[in-house]
Amino acid sequence: MSDRSSMRTPLGRVRNLGSSHSGTKDFWRQRLTAVAMTLLIVPVIVIMLMLVGRNQAGASQILGSLPIAIILLLFIVASTWHMKIGMQVVIEDYVHNEKLKLASVMANNFFCIAVALASIYAILKLSSGV
Amino acid sequence: MTARIDRPLSPHLQTYRWTLTMALSIVHRGTGLALYFGTLLLAWWLIATASGPGAYGNVQAFTSSWFGKLVLFGYTWALLHHLVSGLRHFVWDLGYGFKANEREALTWGALIAGIALTILVWIIAYAIGGAR
Repeated sequence: MSDRSSMRTPLGRVRNLGSSHSGTKDFWRQRLTAVAMTLLIVPVIVIMLMLVGRNQAGASQILGSLPIAIILLLFIVASTWHMKIGMQVVIEDYVHNEKLKLASVMANNFFCIAVALASIYAILKLSSGV
Repeated sequence: MTARIDRPLSPHLQTYRWTLTMALSIVHRGTGLALYFGTLLLAWWLIATASGPGAYGNVQAFTSSWFGKLVLFGYTWALLHHLVSGLRHFVWDLGYGFKANEREALTWGALIAGIALTILVWIIAYAIGGAR
Protein backbone atom coordinates (compact mmCIF):
# COMPACT_ATOMS: atom_id res chain seq x y z
CA MET A 1 0.00 0.00 0.00
CA SER A 2 1.34 3.41 -0.86
CA ASP A 3 1.48 5.61 2.20
CA ARG A 4 1.14 9.05 0.58
CA SER A 5 -0.93 10.56 3.37
CA SER A 6 1.42 9.53 6.15
CA MET A 7 3.30 12.21 8.07
CA ARG A 8 6.23 9.82 8.48
CA THR A 9 9.09 10.45 6.07
CA PRO A 10 10.76 7.47 4.36
CA LEU A 11 13.90 8.24 6.33
CA GLY A 12 11.95 8.28 9.59
CA ARG A 13 10.53 4.82 8.84
CA VAL A 14 13.98 3.48 7.98
CA ARG A 15 15.30 4.76 11.27
CA ASN A 16 12.70 2.79 13.17
CA LEU A 17 11.44 5.29 15.76
CA GLY A 18 12.83 8.39 14.10
CA SER A 19 15.37 10.78 15.50
CA SER A 20 14.70 12.30 18.87
CA HIS A 21 18.19 12.07 20.24
CA SER A 22 19.04 15.74 20.01
CA GLY A 23 15.73 17.17 18.75
CA THR A 24 14.84 18.62 22.13
CA LYS A 25 18.22 20.28 22.71
CA ASP A 26 17.07 23.75 21.64
CA PHE A 27 13.78 23.37 23.53
CA TRP A 28 15.70 22.55 26.70
CA ARG A 29 18.25 25.35 26.27
CA GLN A 30 15.46 27.85 25.59
CA ARG A 31 13.96 26.94 29.00
CA LEU A 32 17.35 26.82 30.71
CA THR A 33 18.25 30.35 29.60
CA ALA A 34 14.71 31.56 30.39
CA VAL A 35 14.96 30.30 33.97
CA ALA A 36 18.42 31.87 34.26
CA MET A 37 17.08 35.25 33.16
CA THR A 38 14.07 34.96 35.48
CA LEU A 39 16.54 34.60 38.36
CA LEU A 40 18.74 37.43 37.08
CA ILE A 41 16.09 39.99 36.11
CA VAL A 42 15.67 41.62 39.54
CA PRO A 43 19.43 42.24 40.08
CA VAL A 44 19.72 43.44 36.46
CA ILE A 45 16.89 45.97 36.90
CA VAL A 46 18.44 47.15 40.19
CA ILE A 47 21.77 47.68 38.36
CA MET A 48 20.02 49.65 35.59
CA LEU A 49 18.29 51.84 38.20
CA MET A 50 21.65 52.41 39.94
CA LEU A 51 22.91 53.83 36.64
CA VAL A 52 20.06 56.28 35.97
CA GLY A 53 21.41 59.83 35.66
CA ARG A 54 25.10 58.89 36.13
CA ASN A 55 27.92 60.41 34.12
CA GLN A 56 30.46 58.22 32.29
CA ALA A 57 32.88 58.07 35.23
CA GLY A 58 30.14 57.01 37.65
CA ALA A 59 28.66 54.46 35.23
CA SER A 60 32.13 52.97 34.51
CA GLN A 61 32.84 52.55 38.19
CA ILE A 62 29.53 50.76 38.85
CA LEU A 63 29.75 48.51 35.76
CA GLY A 64 33.37 47.63 36.54
CA SER A 65 32.64 46.32 40.03
CA LEU A 66 32.98 42.55 40.35
CA PRO A 67 29.47 41.35 41.37
CA ILE A 68 27.77 43.71 38.90
CA ALA A 69 30.05 42.68 36.04
CA ILE A 70 29.39 38.99 36.75
CA ILE A 71 25.61 39.45 36.91
CA LEU A 72 25.65 41.34 33.60
CA LEU A 73 27.94 38.76 31.95
CA LEU A 74 25.60 35.94 32.99
CA PHE A 75 22.60 37.91 31.70
CA ILE A 76 24.30 38.64 28.37
CA VAL A 77 25.21 34.98 27.80
CA ALA A 78 21.69 33.80 28.73
CA SER A 79 19.89 36.46 26.69
CA THR A 80 21.95 36.19 23.49
CA TRP A 81 21.67 32.39 23.57
CA HIS A 82 17.92 32.62 24.22
CA MET A 83 17.38 35.09 21.38
CA LYS A 84 19.47 33.00 18.97
CA ILE A 85 17.16 30.02 19.54
CA GLY A 86 14.02 32.20 19.44
CA MET A 87 14.93 33.88 16.16
CA GLN A 88 15.82 30.52 14.60
CA VAL A 89 12.34 29.22 15.46
CA VAL A 90 10.81 32.30 13.82
CA ILE A 91 13.00 31.87 10.70
CA GLU A 92 12.10 28.19 10.42
CA ASP A 93 8.41 29.08 10.74
CA TYR A 94 8.29 31.74 8.04
CA VAL A 95 11.25 31.32 5.66
CA HIS A 96 10.46 28.42 3.35
CA ASN A 97 13.09 28.99 0.65
CA GLU A 98 15.87 26.58 1.61
CA LYS A 99 18.81 28.79 0.61
CA LEU A 100 17.31 31.91 2.16
CA LYS A 101 16.58 29.92 5.31
CA LEU A 102 20.19 28.75 5.57
CA ALA A 103 21.46 32.31 5.02
CA SER A 104 19.02 33.69 7.63
CA VAL A 105 19.93 31.09 10.24
CA MET A 106 23.60 31.82 9.61
CA ALA A 107 23.08 35.61 9.83
CA ASN A 108 21.15 35.06 13.08
CA ASN A 109 24.12 33.17 14.56
CA PHE A 110 26.54 35.89 13.45
CA PHE A 111 24.34 38.66 14.90
CA CYS A 112 23.89 36.98 18.29
CA ILE A 113 27.57 36.08 18.65
CA ALA A 114 28.63 39.60 17.63
CA VAL A 115 26.25 41.26 20.11
CA ALA A 116 27.35 38.87 22.86
CA LEU A 117 31.08 39.32 22.30
CA ALA A 118 30.87 43.12 21.88
CA SER A 119 28.94 43.41 25.17
CA ILE A 120 31.23 40.97 27.00
CA TYR A 121 34.31 42.80 25.72
CA ALA A 122 32.95 46.16 26.94
CA ILE A 123 32.26 44.78 30.42
CA LEU A 124 35.69 43.12 30.68
CA LYS A 125 37.31 46.38 29.54
CA LEU A 126 35.41 48.29 32.24
CA SER A 127 36.35 45.66 34.84
CA SER A 128 40.05 45.83 34.03
CA GLY A 129 39.88 49.63 34.01
CA VAL A 130 41.88 49.98 30.78
CA MET B 1 15.40 9.94 -2.66
CA THR B 2 12.99 12.22 -0.86
CA ALA B 3 9.40 11.53 -1.85
CA ARG B 4 6.87 14.37 -1.71
CA ILE B 5 4.21 13.64 0.87
CA ASP B 6 0.69 15.05 0.75
CA ARG B 7 0.75 16.56 4.22
CA PRO B 8 -2.54 17.64 5.79
CA LEU B 9 -3.03 21.40 5.61
CA SER B 10 -4.30 23.44 8.53
CA PRO B 11 -6.75 26.31 7.94
CA HIS B 12 -5.23 29.75 7.74
CA LEU B 13 -5.15 32.23 10.65
CA GLN B 14 -8.27 34.19 9.67
CA THR B 15 -10.42 31.05 9.87
CA TYR B 16 -10.12 30.92 13.63
CA ARG B 17 -12.11 32.95 16.14
CA TRP B 18 -9.79 35.56 17.62
CA THR B 19 -8.89 34.69 21.21
CA LEU B 20 -6.87 36.40 23.94
CA THR B 21 -4.33 33.58 24.24
CA MET B 22 -3.84 33.67 20.47
CA ALA B 23 -3.27 37.45 20.46
CA LEU B 24 -0.85 37.23 23.39
CA SER B 25 1.01 34.40 21.67
CA ILE B 26 1.69 36.78 18.79
CA VAL B 27 2.61 39.56 21.24
CA HIS B 28 5.07 37.18 22.94
CA ARG B 29 6.77 36.55 19.62
CA GLY B 30 6.62 40.25 18.68
CA THR B 31 8.20 41.40 21.95
CA GLY B 32 10.85 38.70 21.53
CA LEU B 33 11.72 40.07 18.09
CA ALA B 34 11.82 43.64 19.43
CA LEU B 35 14.14 42.58 22.25
CA TYR B 36 16.37 40.80 19.73
CA PHE B 37 17.11 44.06 17.92
CA GLY B 38 16.96 46.01 21.19
CA THR B 39 20.14 44.26 22.33
CA LEU B 40 21.92 46.51 19.83
CA LEU B 41 21.04 49.44 22.14
CA LEU B 42 22.39 47.55 25.15
CA ALA B 43 25.65 46.71 23.31
CA TRP B 44 25.96 50.32 22.07
CA TRP B 45 25.52 51.65 25.61
CA LEU B 46 28.08 49.21 27.11
CA ILE B 47 30.66 49.91 24.39
CA ALA B 48 30.12 53.67 24.76
CA THR B 49 30.62 53.48 28.52
CA ALA B 50 33.84 51.52 27.99
CA SER B 51 34.99 53.96 25.27
CA GLY B 52 34.84 57.24 27.20
CA PRO B 53 32.85 60.40 27.99
CA GLY B 54 32.38 61.43 24.32
CA ALA B 55 30.72 58.19 23.24
CA TYR B 56 28.76 58.03 26.51
CA GLY B 57 27.49 61.55 25.82
CA ASN B 58 26.03 60.37 22.51
CA VAL B 59 24.05 57.65 24.31
CA GLN B 60 22.85 60.15 26.91
CA ALA B 61 21.76 62.56 24.17
CA PHE B 62 19.66 59.74 22.69
CA THR B 63 18.21 58.48 25.99
CA SER B 64 17.26 62.00 27.13
CA SER B 65 15.44 62.81 23.86
CA TRP B 66 11.69 62.12 23.70
CA PHE B 67 12.23 59.53 20.98
CA GLY B 68 14.95 57.81 22.99
CA LYS B 69 12.71 57.75 26.06
CA LEU B 70 9.88 56.29 24.00
CA VAL B 71 12.18 53.53 22.70
CA LEU B 72 13.46 52.80 26.21
CA PHE B 73 9.92 52.72 27.61
CA GLY B 74 8.91 50.31 24.85
CA TYR B 75 12.01 48.23 25.51
CA THR B 76 11.19 48.04 29.23
CA TRP B 77 7.65 46.91 28.48
CA ALA B 78 8.79 44.38 25.86
CA LEU B 79 11.30 42.91 28.34
CA LEU B 80 8.93 42.72 31.31
CA HIS B 81 5.98 41.51 29.23
CA HIS B 82 8.08 38.80 27.59
CA LEU B 83 9.28 37.80 31.07
CA VAL B 84 5.85 37.44 32.71
CA SER B 85 4.39 35.94 29.55
CA GLY B 86 7.29 33.47 29.65
CA LEU B 87 6.46 32.56 33.27
CA ARG B 88 3.02 31.58 31.92
CA HIS B 89 4.79 29.22 29.52
CA PHE B 90 6.66 27.63 32.44
CA VAL B 91 3.29 26.86 34.05
CA TRP B 92 2.09 25.24 30.81
CA ASP B 93 5.40 23.37 30.34
CA LEU B 94 4.85 21.81 33.77
CA GLY B 95 1.41 20.67 32.67
CA TYR B 96 -0.80 23.08 34.60
CA GLY B 97 -3.18 25.88 33.65
CA PHE B 98 -4.78 24.41 30.52
CA LYS B 99 -8.44 24.79 31.55
CA ALA B 100 -10.24 27.61 29.73
CA ASN B 101 -10.60 29.84 32.81
CA GLU B 102 -7.04 29.10 33.96
CA ARG B 103 -5.37 29.98 30.68
CA GLU B 104 -7.49 33.13 30.37
CA ALA B 105 -6.52 34.18 33.92
CA LEU B 106 -2.83 33.48 33.28
CA THR B 107 -2.92 35.48 30.07
CA TRP B 108 -4.75 38.46 31.60
CA GLY B 109 -2.32 38.27 34.52
CA ALA B 110 0.70 38.44 32.19
CA LEU B 111 -0.79 41.37 30.25
CA ILE B 112 -1.59 43.39 33.38
CA ALA B 113 1.62 42.48 35.27
CA GLY B 114 3.77 43.46 32.28
CA ILE B 115 2.20 46.93 32.09
CA ALA B 116 2.17 47.42 35.89
CA LEU B 117 5.82 46.42 36.32
CA THR B 118 6.88 48.72 33.46
CA ILE B 119 5.14 51.70 35.05
CA LEU B 120 6.61 50.80 38.46
CA VAL B 121 10.19 50.63 37.08
CA TRP B 122 9.76 54.02 35.37
CA ILE B 123 8.34 55.65 38.50
CA ILE B 124 11.38 54.42 40.46
CA ALA B 125 13.73 55.52 37.65
CA TYR B 126 12.23 59.03 37.64
CA ALA B 127 12.37 59.23 41.45
CA ILE B 128 16.05 58.22 41.40
CA GLY B 129 16.94 60.36 38.37
CA GLY B 130 15.23 63.41 39.83
CA ALA B 131 17.06 63.07 43.15
CA ARG B 132 20.46 62.66 41.50
